Amino acid sequence: MHIEHIDEHFNNRNVTEMNSDYYLVGIEDYPTDNWGRFKRVIKRSFRGELFVGLWVVMREMIRFDIHTVKYPEEKMPIGPRYRAIHQMKRLWESDTERCIGCGLCEKICISNCIRIETKLDASSRKEVSEYSINLGRCIFCGYCAEVCPELAITHGGEYENASDQREHFTMYQDMLTPLDMMRAGTQLEFEGFGSITPHEDERVKKTPLAY
Amino acid sequence: MEMAYLIETVIKIVVILLIFSALAGIGTYFERKVLAFMQRRLGPMNVGPFGLLQVAADGVKLFTKEDIVPANVVARVFKIAPVITAATAFMAAAAIPFLPSFTLFGYEVHPIVADINIGILYILGIMGVGLYGPLLAGMASANKFSLLSAARGAAVFISYEVITGLSILAPIMMVGSLSLIDFNAYQAGGITSWILWSQPVAFVLFWIAAFAETGRTPFHLIANDHEIIDGFGTEYSGMRWGLFFIGEYANMFFISFVISILFLGGYGDGSFLGALGLLGKVAFFFFFFLWTRAAWPDVRPDQLMWLCWKVLMPIAVLNILITAIVMM
Repeated sequence: MHIEHIDEHFNNRNVTEMNSDYYLVGIEDYPTDNWGRFKRVIKRSFRGELFVGLWVVMREMIRFDIHTVKYPEEKMPIGPRYRAIHQMKRLWESDTERCIGCGLCEKICISNCIRIETKLDASSRKEVSEYSINLGRCIFCGYCAEVCPELAITHGGEYENASDQREHFTMYQDMLTPLDMMRAGTQLEFEGFGSITPHEDERVKKTPLAY
Repeated sequence: MEMAYLIETVIKIVVILLIFSALAGIGTYFERKVLAFMQRRLGPMNVGPFGLLQVAADGVKLFTKEDIVPANVVARVFKIAPVITAATAFMAAAAIPFLPSFTLFGYEVHPIVADINIGILYILGIMGVGLYGPLLAGMASANKFSLLSAARGAAVFISYEVITGLSILAPIMMVGSLSLIDFNAYQAGGITSWILWSQPVAFVLFWIAAFAETGRTPFHLIANDHEIIDGFGTEYSGMRWGLFFIGEYANMFFISFVISILFLGGYGDGSFLGALGLLGKVAFFFFFFLWTRAAWPDVRPDQLMWLCWKVLMPIAVLNILITAIVMM
């Protein structure tokens, strides 16, 4: 994960220390008499600061170090914890859906955008029959991913979801990892909000429910 | 003879109008590109190669936009104000020799519409009339921010016309003529005979005043940047607004020509190299307008007035006095 960010360098903001990164700007007293004001005008006029400004922009133009990201062609990398459109994951072992239809995500959703309907299937197991997220209402808070006991609903990295209508639903089948992705083994586990920390299985000695 | 002269003049006028309208458009492209590069951006990129057709796209947009005349404006004045800005900019071009005279199909062409012997006076006068564009636009717009900007713009224009006139007086005394052709002939002897070397103070003063006359950035008070409003052009849309733009950019080109001819030798001895030199100087001055826009902040209106009346005008008067004493 991103442990190395913890020992990030912080500026020494203590201005009373001699070797701090911050220093007080020397501001001269304002002149009170006319001769002092005249001297200030002369000094400011001939200090050449205008030419410093000209040089700085010219230097940047010659250096041609352009920082523009040509967005539709180029994209910035987004963080693994980014919360964009939801994804439904499958179990690695059996390729079946992880979602058990418990309805916790629907319950916790603070903008009321998740709708889940379940029924019992032929073998009396709970099965998700309808699942939709109204992306027009979703605020991408991540509670659903956090509350999910099965790590079934997570956030993905797909953020280009502009739509010409306000009610822009996403359905269960669209969010679910396709089977060919499972066969290729390319389903990505979500590292962000609500996910387990890495190497969690080494730390948990015993399932709490194993009585 | 009369007929030939008339036809020649009309052709010259049409050519100048077309070239400088196009240059005004391309000038906006260069301004965007140069500003972008100086701010580490790319500028227009998507329309045509390197965004070159952005100018055409903007033109199509301006021409096809709805022409809105808002309620409560003085419609007739409102409509004529942008025409004044564009027209005066192009009228000033009549007395500017753009290139040395050359021979085309055995016919000698003088690239100046009217070689009048009071060329500089005429240009300054027409630039003074150009003030009516922003002023009438702001007063007719029924918008208090337009009015504020027009008032500020009028104060700046009128003040800095004093600087323009006074600073140019010393070179005029040296040359003894108001014609730009005579100015060019006076400096035909190469770089050492440029008026820049004998009148550096006048050159700097005129250059500073040129920024105020064209309303470019260090003195860009005709736009209400601090109120995040465009100023006198706020209520305009479509091609009426575009005329203000064309006027501003044409003015920048023309004042670049005037500075180059007055102080930097113009086209020199009239050779091909001299003509290229004139275009190079004009290009530099135009680039400098964009360069300062990227580098310098605007000054406050009171600072601008202070600079004009308490610093530049005394220096200009002193410059005239010293020139006169030396000439005696």
